[in-house]
Amino acid sequence: MENYRIIKEEIEVNKVINRVVHPHAGAINTFIGTVRELTNEKRTLYLEYDAYVPMAEKKLKQIGDEICAKWKEARVAIVHRIGRLDITDIAVVIAVSTPHRADSYEASRYAIERIKEIVPIWKKEHWEDGEEWIGDQKENKRYPSGKPGKELLND
Amino acid sequence: MINIMLFAGLQEKAGKNQLSIDKDEMTVNEIVAYIKGSEVNLNLTNVMVAVNEEFVSNPEQVVKSGDAVALLPPVSGG
Repeated sequence: MENYRIIKEEIEVNKVINRVVHPHAGAINTFIGTVRELTNEKRTLYLEYDAYVPMAEKKLKQIGDEICAKWKEARVAIVHRIGRLDITDIAVVIAVSTPHRADSYEASRYAIERIKEIVPIWKKEHWEDGEEWIGDQKENKRYPSGKPGKELLND
Repeated sequence: MINIMLFAGLQEKAGKNQLSIDKDEMTVNEIVAYIKGSEVNLNLTNVMVAVNEEFVSNPEQVVKSGDAVALLPPVSGG
């Protein structure tokens, strides 16, 4: 398995973690993003993710490279799942190992925020009373600068 | 021929995952204008263009036949 993947199957968390195990690492931080049932009291039935797979994998690698430039000796693996995901299913796993723990927390947070900015993956919410691709002009995600940038840190 | 990939809501609205323009060379601006004027009624507000898997920051960038062009709505992964 490569370190940066978009897959359709269930994500095997331990396999992602194993990509960053290293003798110089004193910490491995693992972030697991799961499908939430309630958003502001609106009930999600399931989600559907679509991606521009080759570009998404390239952008995940770019995030890993950014992390390695910022946090020395970091190792990164990110896997995002697409297709239909049910409540509690794992959508994304980020594993970061670093020599010291503070860096692994920070780098992991950085990775998820960057995913939400620059990786071409889209989420469609299927609610009890309808469905909608999130991130369209009705939602709060925009590209004010004309391209995805670091100013977009909304969740 | 310039082929343009569509994703997510754009794909659903267009009812297809690709648009084709019978030209050998166009700027990104020209492609966007062409799509706005075409029969597919796509709202391109906040939509980014990617050429060969990189976001386009200069709309005057020239696209050639065979380049991978994609229209990307605001992303929402994670």
